[in-house]
Amino acid sequence: MFDRIREKLNILADAAKYDVSCSSSGGTRKNDSKGLGDSHSSGICHTYTEDGRCVSLLKILLTNHCIYDCLFCVSRKSNDIKRAAFTVDEVVELTMNFYRRNYIEGLFLSSGIFKNADFTMERLLLVVKKLRLEQNYNGYIHLKTIPGASDELIKEAGLYADRMSINLEMPTEAGLKLLAPEKNHADVIKPLDFVQKQISQFSADKKLIKHIPKFVPAGQSTQMVIGATPESDKDIMYTANAFYKNFSLRRIYYSGYVPISNDTRMPIMGTQPPLLRENRLYQTDWLMRFYGFKVQEILNDANPNLDIDIDPKLSWAIRNMQHFPVDINTADYKMILRVPGIGVMSAKKIVQARKFGKLRIDQLRKIGIAYNKAKHFIVCSDSPYQLKDYQGTQIKAFILAESKSKYLKTDSNQMILF
Amino acid sequence: MTYIFDGSLQGLLTAVFEWFERKPGKVMLKSTEMFQPEAFAESFTVITDGAKADRVWAGLQKKLKKDWLRKFYCSYLSEIPEAYNHLFQFSIYIFNHASGAESNYGIEHIIALSKCAKSVEREKHRMEAFIRFQKTGDGIFYAGIDPDFNVLPLISNHFKNRYADQQWVIYDLKRKYGLHYNLTSVEEITISFTNGINKQSPASILMDDSEALYATLWKDYFKSANIVARKNTKLHVQHVPKRYWKYLTEKEL
Repeated sequence: MFDRIREKLNILADAAKYDVSCSSSGGTRKNDSKGLGDSHSSGICHTYTEDGRCVSLLKILLTNHCIYDCLFCVSRKSNDIKRAAFTVDEVVELTMNFYRRNYIEGLFLSSGIFKNADFTMERLLLVVKKLRLEQNYNGYIHLKTIPGASDELIKEAGLYADRMSINLEMPTEAGLKLLAPEKNHADVIKPLDFVQKQISQFSADKKLIKHIPKFVPAGQSTQMVIGATPESDKDIMYTANAFYKNFSLRRIYYSGYVPISNDTRMPIMGTQPPLLRENRLYQTDWLMRFYGFKVQEILNDANPNLDIDIDPKLSWAIRNMQHFPVDINTADYKMILRVPGIGVMSAKKIVQARKFGKLRIDQLRKIGIAYNKAKHFIVCSDSPYQLKDYQGTQIKAFILAESKSKYLKTDSNQMILF
Repeated sequence: MTYIFDGSLQGLLTAVFEWFERKPGKVMLKSTEMFQPEAFAESFTVITDGAKADRVWAGLQKKLKKDWLRKFYCSYLSEIPEAYNHLFQFSIYIFNHASGAESNYGIEHIIALSKCAKSVEREKHRMEAFIRFQKTGDGIFYAGIDPDFNVLPLISNHFKNRYADQQWVIYDLKRKYGLHYNLTSVEEITISFTNGINKQSPASILMDDSEALYATLWKDYFKSANIVARKNTKLHVQHVPKRYWKYLTEKEL
């Protein structure tokens, strides 16, 4: 019994780890019933694996039996691996006991498709219902929507889950068709759209009626695999932008492809996952969501791919030197936010502090901006007078000369000679 | 001039009261523990007075919004000697200026306190994340910790709300006190440990039968969730600094 559950957990956790969604934020469930669990609005990362990714949820598949044969997936039908399936009770017991020991923030439950979509979705629903209704569990639940499942099942699941997600898998339809001919983006869009409409319906009703059940309070997310197919960064981020706009997604995850197949259509086994590219995409995603950038400003036909050696914010700044230098003491908050080396927190502090007097360099440093980077783009009350007007490329050279990339070691574009 | 106080929050607030009563000009605040007499400097010992402290606190409540009152309290819990002085100077600055002055991040004490409070909040958050309960034979979930700052008062509500249906004990081994939740309320406790007992993880004989199973499953899970091709030890250690490894079930050998 003991060994069997260990084996199952190993197989089904291993199969689930390529889904990178980790967040446990946005839950609003309160422990009113004196049961177990109370959500923490910003989420908690309880530990980090040796690859540096956070572990906040018990992320498992209900089963890795699957009727599909998607090339990028470890659980594909044709892959010769051990298969296993949890019973409903096993998942419930694991979740409750891990949660009680403060190991996890909640459950992330996904599944291979066995028999058909509805059958799979029903099983997932059984687990979440048992947790919520029988075990009085108020922790976080992230549930996969199974594409093709009936609306009734999805709607019912939404009453118990905090977040639901469906993966786009490939950034473009063409890429998806290449690796998973049985799938298409439309199958993903339909349930995403359905859940989104339900969420807005519920929140509209909430304004009229006080006691209305929660429906997916932490919203929806999706994931794209990066580097398995030859899309440009522009393709990826334009798709992301459209999905943020159309379905009010909370997050889009970009997962650097880790080679798991010998198929010739994909990067060969042993290729390094594109970690740096993944990082640049996340930076762009953040610029879009928190810094007021339009995706077209960062990526366009002239610049279809992100710079590898510098971050996208710096890269935008040196392409648009006409906006700089920005005067810290007078400029708009929005413009201060666009200065490389100044983040959201620092920008807010600057705008508050300058009401009390003009800010100097030493104060800016203490506030916490990356002054060595920002100094090329700002003036403040005691900035040294500069005769020379530097070109963007020169500034880039200055910044690169005095910084050291943490990615130098893992830079996959650099050949190692010895 | 140096003011010396007993290290309590009330003492600190009384010191602010005394300063306004005497207006002695520039003053440093030090706790009795940290104070060393200097040859040419005068010193004044503040005698903690609850009524004076309450008046100062009420004054601060009028001047500051909730977020800054919390920053004030967090900075006090940091137990950093310099933080006491920053709190003292900050209070004087706040009382001497119109409300809203706390957002003048150009002032040294304000930026220092906001950083200090941030470290304390970070430690609090880390405790919420890294505490690992072990279920003992009598059904109580136990965790021993030794946080950098005195964060037990800050995490009490979080654990009380979350684990409402189980008894738990979180014990600060460094400061020698702990919290016990008895299914209705949280109480402060002190434990007199038997000599030689492992306070971090008590012997397995004292544990619930299922404890070993779930600890093993969790360790297995932690290993399975790792993607070897993406190994990034630097990032791992950055997120889980080595001083916390002793708490973590998954980091046990």
